[in-house]
Amino acid sequence: MKLFAKLYAALDETTKTNEKIEALVEYFTAAAPEDAVWAINFLIGRRIRRLIPSRDLVGWAIAEAAIPEWMFGDCYSAVGDLAETIALLLPPPISSTDKPLHYWVEERLLPLRDWSDEQRRESLVFAWLEMDERQRFVWNKIITGEFRVGVSQNLVVRALAEFSGVPAEVLAHRLMGDWQPTPEFHRQLIARETEDADISRPYPFFLAYPLEGEPAQLGEPAEWIAEWKWDGIRSQMIRRKWRTFIWSRGEELVTERFPELEALGGLLPEGTVIDGEILPWKNGVPLPFAQMQRRIGRKTLGPKILAEVPVVVLAYDLLEWGGEDVREWPIERRRQTLAGLVDSLRSHGHIVLSEPVAFTTWEQLAEIRTESRERRVEGFMLKRRGSPYRVGRRRGDWWKWKIQPYSVDCVLMYAQPGNGRRASVLTDYTFGVWDSGELTPFAKAYSGLTDEEIDQVDSWIRRNTIERFGPVRRVKPELVFELAFEGIQESSRHRSGIAVRFPRMARWRHDKKAEDADSIETVRALLAR
Amino acid sequence: MPLLRVDQNGLWCEPGGFHIDPWNPVPKALITHGHSDHARRGAGAFLCAAPSEPVLRSRLGADIALETLTYGERRVIGETTVSFHPAGHVLGSAQIRVEHRGEIWVVSGDYKLAPDATCAPFESVRCHTFVTESTFGLPIYRWPPEAEVAASIHEWWRMNQRRGKASLVFAYPLGKSQRVLAGLDPAVGPIFCHGAIERMNRIYRASGVTLPETLYSGSVARGYDWSKAIVLAPPSAHGSPWMKRFGAVSTGFVSGWMRIRGTRRRRSIDRGFVISDHADWPGLQQAIAATGAGCVLVTHGYRGPLVRWLEEQGKQARALETRFEGERDEGTATSPGEDVAEATEEDAAE
Repeated sequence: MKLFAKLYAALDETTKTNEKIEALVEYFTAAAPEDAVWAINFLIGRRIRRLIPSRDLVGWAIAEAAIPEWMFGDCYSAVGDLAETIALLLPPPISSTDKPLHYWVEERLLPLRDWSDEQRRESLVFAWLEMDERQRFVWNKIITGEFRVGVSQNLVVRALAEFSGVPAEVLAHRLMGDWQPTPEFHRQLIARETEDADISRPYPFFLAYPLEGEPAQLGEPAEWIAEWKWDGIRSQMIRRKWRTFIWSRGEELVTERFPELEALGGLLPEGTVIDGEILPWKNGVPLPFAQMQRRIGRKTLGPKILAEVPVVVLAYDLLEWGGEDVREWPIERRRQTLAGLVDSLRSHGHIVLSEPVAFTTWEQLAEIRTESRERRVEGFMLKRRGSPYRVGRRRGDWWKWKIQPYSVDCVLMYAQPGNGRRASVLTDYTFGVWDSGELTPFAKAYSGLTDEEIDQVDSWIRRNTIERFGPVRRVKPELVFELAFEGIQESSRHRSGIAVRFPRMARWRHDKKAEDADSIETVRALLAR
Repeated sequence: MPLLRVDQNGLWCEPGGFHIDPWNPVPKALITHGHSDHARRGAGAFLCAAPSEPVLRSRLGADIALETLTYGERRVIGETTVSFHPAGHVLGSAQIRVEHRGEIWVVSGDYKLAPDATCAPFESVRCHTFVTESTFGLPIYRWPPEAEVAASIHEWWRMNQRRGKASLVFAYPLGKSQRVLAGLDPAVGPIFCHGAIERMNRIYRASGVTLPETLYSGSVARGYDWSKAIVLAPPSAHGSPWMKRFGAVSTGFVSGWMRIRGTRRRRSIDRGFVISDHADWPGLQQAIAATGAGCVLVTHGYRGPLVRWLEEQGKQARALETRFEGERDEGTATSPGEDVAEATEEDAAE
């Protein structure tokens, strides 16, 4: 596993794309197929179901390191990463072996599920004692299911393409779906012939870039199709060989979560793939996304929830038709075929066409865009006429033109350290708004500030901490931030009675004092909008 | 009344009538070492270990009233006897031993136990009360062997040469830089230093420390090909316009904090090299035990955890609030501070 640990370190140590690709190619060239396939598995973010609870790992590490439990806590606060904390605390290894990655995963990790606690402990501790620090760290990352190293699937695909000579699109396609990390899969993955059999496999999603500024920069309005940007679950519905598969953008097979859509799949012609958005939908309009969250989390879906939160697929593109990959067709032709299909399924009730919005000038479209909130959409998608369906996030043909988020001026109330690269820096903040002369916690946010601002806020917090509860610090109510968020809803689970979606810091309002921040009444007024 | 206590100016010794490493101007100051959080301007009279003299004169002014003692030499001050003993931290760094009517205190200043070719090795001094630093007072801080780190610096340097990039290493100008330099192999390529570091190099060389040949980074003509070179610079130069001249660079930072992945990533540094002039966790334990001290006072760094740990080991321990290093350094980087001012002077000069 030294080779894989070295790859991890190399990827971790650079932010430059070409150096990451170089490191990956070097690894793929040197690694045996049975190891490389596991490496690909982890690098693209597929995880092994967690086999050992964190508290067990921590307990065993504490015993090995011979330190008190409180000290593990202090170390973890300084490091901010469980796998790393354990790797740093363990005593130096007895011997540094170099067994291959597939051995560790297949012979040492996967069998754990059938073993007793004592056997697990022993196996884990012996594994630690055999590994040097770098191997331990990567191993801990794998067993805690937190393996992330700052490479996108796209980057892995590019490196694989360079290594194997197989086109990137073909590789991306082969990496989707439900494959097993076997040497056989590795062989198929980098095989030059491109006839693929897996019937469940989705196409890579084409992702839009956010449009910064005004759409006039895109040229003539006549060259563009506008559609509402729906706030649901991006998905592909696949009908092949008399079976239905529904994939989310997170590459999760979600077919069982949407029985009404699985039934719909049965009505699709053989060899059809639709790209669309799954939305909670009633009486011709979307329900708030929070309603969807009520059903996503459930293992079993009873008739009650199915009746309360029915879903539709809002279809906007057609990727396969009659068993043929039609992504190269111009968008008009794909949409026209799709429209015919949706029309024929109208009576089923669970599929709706994402209708284009007619407009002749950008000003006119901007005017229509003001209806977004009322329609419970996030703005517009702009798609270039004549364009094919591309792979991944590409500039040029698809743009998302989102509406301005909501914003509220809040006061910083609590702070705690972040994770990973923000370990031991106070970056996770809780913000409050005024309620009858007192601050009430309203939202948490941890993104939006520059590194420099984070340093300033961090240092301010350390000087202005009033009280500490473990890692959490209560601070002097003084700093004001503009918080932006996408959605707002009443919530009985939050102290303020309000829940917001995607909160982040839009600006540090140096110009405002705490008493100038917004009140809960102002926030409530947004609910009505 | 304890022999030493913290007053508004620093660590005050009443029977001796002096301060150790005071942060405000005082009549008499005993200085452990030249880093700016320990050696500040303005004292009426200074006393330090002999090898520290050129460092202090360079930093605090050539004309300061400064006396020195050789390591181990005793001097009576007021009702006390004081002596300086090597701390192994940087050139001239010392632990200060204070004896008063049979009671012995040792103030460690900053120290490390690991070998360092550029300064006298740490010497353990028996005492009743030991004042220790705790910059790296958590068991996650354990330093790898220096040879291993030096090898990885060279490997990185060679890789950068192949990729056509200059190797830019950030390290504190006093101590750390010279320690890194002493481990560099000039056969690999030319070695350059930022002016702030070059100034310290002169002092080290004049004191008899052997360093490889170095060039001042401002000494070559425009258009120089930096891709074979390694360049040492103070951390404050990171991200400054000064860096532009080198063209494509890979950056490295030499610090004990680089032991933590998150700290390195947050600094946007390509490579972290774990070399510290402070004791790691095993080093702190070893140093504390060797003094035989019944009481341990813990200053700057991870005071809380170290005090609690020592108490649980059955020692008498207490935190001592000093201004040597604030909490803001926790998990980011040590800040001997002076490099900021010097880097700025340097930029203006070039």
